[in-house]
Amino acid sequence: MKLITLLVVIAGVIALAQLAKVGQLTSLIRNKKEEDISDADTRLNGGLFIAFMVAFYASFIFLIIRYGDYNPPAASAHGESYDTLMNFNMYIIMAVFFLVNSVLFIFANKYRFDKERKARFFAHDNRLELIWTVIPSIVLAVIIIYGLRTWNEMTGDASDDALRVEVYSKQFDWTARYPGADGEFGLANYNLITPTNPLGIVTQDGVTEALAEIEGQIASLESELAHERGRLLAEKASIEEQLHSDDHHGHGHGHDHAEGHGDDHDHHGISPEFKANLEARLHEVEHMLASDHVVVVSNAAAEAKEDKLHRLKRHRQRIEEVKPFDYDGGIAAWEAGADDKIMKGEFHLPVGREVEFVFRSRDVIHSAYMPHFRAQMNTVPGVPTRFKMTPTITTDSMRTILDDPDFNYVLLCNKVCGAAHFNMQMAVVVETEEEYNAWLESQEEFIAEKPNTVDPNARAEAPVTETEESATL
Amino acid sequence: MAGHAHHEESFISKYIFSHDHKMISKQFLVTAIVMGIIAVMLSIFFRLQLGWPGESFAILETFLGKWAPGGVLDRNAYLALVTIHGTIMVFFVLTGGLSGTFSNLLIPLQIGARDMASGFMNMLSYWFFAASSVIMIFSLFVEGGAASGGWTVYPPLSALPQAMPGSGMGMTLWLISMVLFIVSSLLGGLNYIVTVINLRTKGMSMTRLPLTIWAFLVTAILGVLSFPVLVSAVVLLLMDRSMGTAFYLSDIFIGGEALDVTGGSPILYQHLFWFLGHPEVYIVLLPALGISSEVIATNSRKPIFGYKAMIGSILGIGFLSFIVWGHHMFVTGMNPFLGSVFVFTTLLIAIPSAVKAFNYITTLWKGNLRFTPAMLFSIGLVSTFVTGGLTGIILADSALDVNVHDTYFVVAHFHIVMGMSAIFGMLAGIYHWFPKMFGRMMNTKLGYVHFWTTLVAGYGVFFPMHFVGLAGAPRRYYDYSAFEYLDFVMDLQPIISTFAIIGALGQLPFLWNFFYSIFRGQVATENPWKSNTLEWTTPVEHVHGNWRGALPEVHRWAYDYSNPDFDEDFVPQTVPVKAGESAH
Repeated sequence: MKLITLLVVIAGVIALAQLAKVGQLTSLIRNKKEEDISDADTRLNGGLFIAFMVAFYASFIFLIIRYGDYNPPAASAHGESYDTLMNFNMYIIMAVFFLVNSVLFIFANKYRFDKERKARFFAHDNRLELIWTVIPSIVLAVIIIYGLRTWNEMTGDASDDALRVEVYSKQFDWTARYPGADGEFGLANYNLITPTNPLGIVTQDGVTEALAEIEGQIASLESELAHERGRLLAEKASIEEQLHSDDHHGHGHGHDHAEGHGDDHDHHGISPEFKANLEARLHEVEHMLASDHVVVVSNAAAEAKEDKLHRLKRHRQRIEEVKPFDYDGGIAAWEAGADDKIMKGEFHLPVGREVEFVFRSRDVIHSAYMPHFRAQMNTVPGVPTRFKMTPTITTDSMRTILDDPDFNYVLLCNKVCGAAHFNMQMAVVVETEEEYNAWLESQEEFIAEKPNTVDPNARAEAPVTETEESATL
Repeated sequence: MAGHAHHEESFISKYIFSHDHKMISKQFLVTAIVMGIIAVMLSIFFRLQLGWPGESFAILETFLGKWAPGGVLDRNAYLALVTIHGTIMVFFVLTGGLSGTFSNLLIPLQIGARDMASGFMNMLSYWFFAASSVIMIFSLFVEGGAASGGWTVYPPLSALPQAMPGSGMGMTLWLISMVLFIVSSLLGGLNYIVTVINLRTKGMSMTRLPLTIWAFLVTAILGVLSFPVLVSAVVLLLMDRSMGTAFYLSDIFIGGEALDVTGGSPILYQHLFWFLGHPEVYIVLLPALGISSEVIATNSRKPIFGYKAMIGSILGIGFLSFIVWGHHMFVTGMNPFLGSVFVFTTLLIAIPSAVKAFNYITTLWKGNLRFTPAMLFSIGLVSTFVTGGLTGIILADSALDVNVHDTYFVVAHFHIVMGMSAIFGMLAGIYHWFPKMFGRMMNTKLGYVHFWTTLVAGYGVFFPMHFVGLAGAPRRYYDYSAFEYLDFVMDLQPIISTFAIIGALGQLPFLWNFFYSIFRGQVATENPWKSNTLEWTTPVEHVHGNWRGALPEVHRWAYDYSNPDFDEDFVPQTVPVKAGESAH
C-alpha cells in the first residue's frame, strides 16, 4: 500500500516534469524565454497571493475558534497576571500580523507586472522610516515594561511563611520532599544516595547505610577480582617459584620478613614462619582455583573492574568526608532530615498558600513544568533552583469547572532527558488547608518508612560520639 | 612560466580541489542539497510517529531497520532523528549551505574581484565542511545511534554515556564533526571579510555595495566572533566525556553510581553554547535577508527602499545578536534581574527587524513586480519573517516564556522565522543565480509549483504548532498520550504530519528542475533578469578571474531601477553618471 503511494507520487512528479519539458519545448518554438513571465502567469500568481491570504486567514480564524481556548483557567495567583499579559501581547502581535501580511499580499497582487507601467523611483523617505522606527519602539517599550512588571511579580522572594517543598528529578520520575515537624529540610548529599535513601538525605543512618552499601559493593568486587583465574594462577606460580628457590638457598641468614607474599624478597632465603605463610597461601589459592567461584575475564574487563573498584573507594572516602564537613551546623542539621517526608507519584499543596519549590536533580537537567499553574523551572544537577507560586483553585473545583471528574494537575518534564522523557510525570493535588494537613499527617516520616537495615548498636552509639566531637569543634 | 596564462586544468583541480570561488560555491550548494534531503527525510520519519503514534509504517523499517522494529519508531531513535535533523538543518544546510554557497558565489562577483583573497583557504573551507558532513552522517550508523540530546546537546545528558544510548560514540562523532565544521566556517568567514574589505573594484565604495554583500560581511563577522566560543564549549564537553574533567558536571548520581565530579556547572555550557547559538540565528537569517533584498529590488524594478536604513539594521541586528543569548535560558534559574536585561536587549532587536520588514513592503509599493520563482520566494520570506518574528515577542518576554519555553510554540516560532525564511531565501538565491552558476535557466513553471506547495505546506506544518504549544505540549516528546490535558490539540498532529509529507514531496519538482536544468535547461543570456549588479557583466561560461578583460569600474549604487533619468528600467553599476544626474 505504502509502496503504491510512493510509486504514484513518483509517477506524478515525473509526469509533472515531462509536462514542464513539453511547456519548455513549445515555448522554445514560440521563442519564449524562461525569464519572460507571461501575462497569464503574472495574473495567476497575483491571484494566488490573494487566495492564499484568504485561505491563511480563514484557517487561522478556524484554529482560534477551535483551539484558541488553549488552556484551562490559570490555577495560580501569578498565572492570572500571566494570562492577562499573554492576551495583551497576543492582541498586539495579531494586529500586526494581519496588517503586515495583508499589505504584503495585496501589494504583491496590486503591483504585479505591467509592461505599460514603469515602477516609481522611490529610494528613501526619512519621515516614513522615522515613523516605523519610532512606533515599534514605543509599542515595544510598553511590552517590555508590562512584561517586566509581571516577571518581577513572579520571581520576587517568597514570603517567610511560605510552604517549602523540594522537587527532585531523576531519569525518569519525580520525588517531592516536605520538611517534617521541625520545618527544616535535612541536608542532602548525592554520595549518600541508596535504594532506601533516594534523595541522599544526610542523617546518621543515611551515612551508615551508604557506607554499608558501598562497603558491600567494594567487598563483592574485591572478591570477584580475587577469584580471577589468571590472577590466581600468576600468584600460584610466583609462590611456587619462591618456595622452589628457597630450596636451593637453604636456611641462610634468617631475615625476619614481615608477613605477606613478598614479590620483593631478596633470594637470601626465608624464615620458616614466612615459608609457612607462603604455603598456607598456596594452599588457599589452590583451594580457590578448585572452587566454582573462579571467574575468567579479559584484561579489559579486569581493568574496568579495577577502575570501578578505585571509583568505589573514592566514593567511600567522600562518604567518610561527609561527617566533619556537614556537622558544623550542629546536631539539628544532622537530624533535621529524619522527619522529612518523601512522596512519589503525587504530592499535595494547600490552596491559597504560597509555596516555594526548591528543585534539585540527580542525573541530568530536567525541567519541572506545571502548565496549569503557568510554572516552569529547570532542575539542574549541582545547582538548586527555585520557583514560587500560590495555587488558587483546588483540584476538586477545577474538576467542576472543566466538568471532568478525572482531571488532575500534573508536573511533567520539559527538558529532553532520555528515552522515557515523554512520560516523566507526577500528579499535583491542590486541596484545602485542612485536607492538606490531614494528608501530610498521614504520610510516614523518612526514617520510619525505611526497613531497619542498620545495626541498632551503631545507631545508639553514634550520635553520642558526634555530640562530643561537635563540642570540641 | 611566461605564456602559461591559460593553463589546462585536470579534472581534479577543476571539479574537486578547485580554488575557484564559483566552483567552490557549487560544491557547497550540492553538498547542502544532499544534506537537506537527508534532514527532510529524518523529519518525515519522526513526523510519522508524531502524527500517528505507535502505528506501523513499512517505510520506517525499510530505512531505519532495527531502529523501527515492526515499522514503529524506537524511542531512542526518535530522539536521534530529532537531534540530527536540527543539527543538519541549522549548521549544514542553513549555515554551510546558505552562507557557503552565496558568499562564495557573490562576494567576488558583486564587488568586482578576480577571486577570493585566498583561494586555497576557500578550498580548505569546503573540504572541512565536506569532512564534517560525512562524519555527521556516519554518526547515524554507529552503535547506540547518533547524538540524541537535541541539537543543543546540553550536558550532563550529552556528557554521560550512561544517560542514554545516543550519548556514546554518536555523541563523540557529533562533537568531532562540529569542530571540523567550525574550522570550515572560520576559514570561510575570515576569507569573506578580507575579500570584501580589500578586493572591491574601483568605485565600489562600501555605500555602493549590494545589500547581499553587506549581509554576507556582517554574517562572516558574527561567525568569526562567535564560533570560537562554540569550539571551547565543544572541546570542554569532549574533555568531560573522555578525560574525567568536570567543567559541566557536579553532584551526579547515575547508573547506580555517584560520580566523582563536583564544582562544574551544566549552565556554563548553555552560556557558551548560546553565545554562539543566538548569533547563529542571524548567521542563518542575514544572508537570506540579503538575498531577498537583491531579488526584491531587481524584480520590483525599484530601488530597495531605505538602503542606508537597511545597512543600519543589518549592523544593529548583528551587534544586538551578541547580547541576547540569555533569552534561551530564562528558566534555568538565572538571576531574575539578569533575565530582565536580556528581555530588554532581545526586544530591541524587533526594531531593526521591523524596519527591514517595512522597507521590503515599501519596495513593493508602486513597483512593477515580475513573478519569477525567486521573487515569489522572496515575498514568501517577508511573510514568514514577519509571522515568525512576531511570536518572538512572546518568547523574548521572560514572564511569558515561563509557560511556553520548550513547547511547540518555540518549535513553531523558530521554524517559521528561521527555518522557512532562511530556506526561502536560499531557494530564492538558487532560482535567481542559477543562470550565473550553471549558465542555464531553471524551469519557471516548475518553480511556481515548488513555491506554492512549499509556502502552503510550510505554514500548514508550523502554524498549527502555535496552538499545540500554547496548550502546553512540550517539544521532543515521543508520544503525548500520557497527558489527558493535551488530547484536544492532538488531532492537529496528523494534519501537521500530512502537510510535512506534502511539503517534502513538493521539493521533488525542485530537485528535478535543479539537476535537469544543469544539463538541459534553456541556455542563459548574460543578464537574464536585467539586473544592475556586477555579476551580470561576466560571461555566461565561467572563466578564471571572472572578467575576460580589465575589472569593471563602478560608478553608481546597485539599485538604479526605473531611474527617471534613463529610458531603460535598469542602469548597471558600470554605467557612468550622466551630466545633471544626481548620483548615488
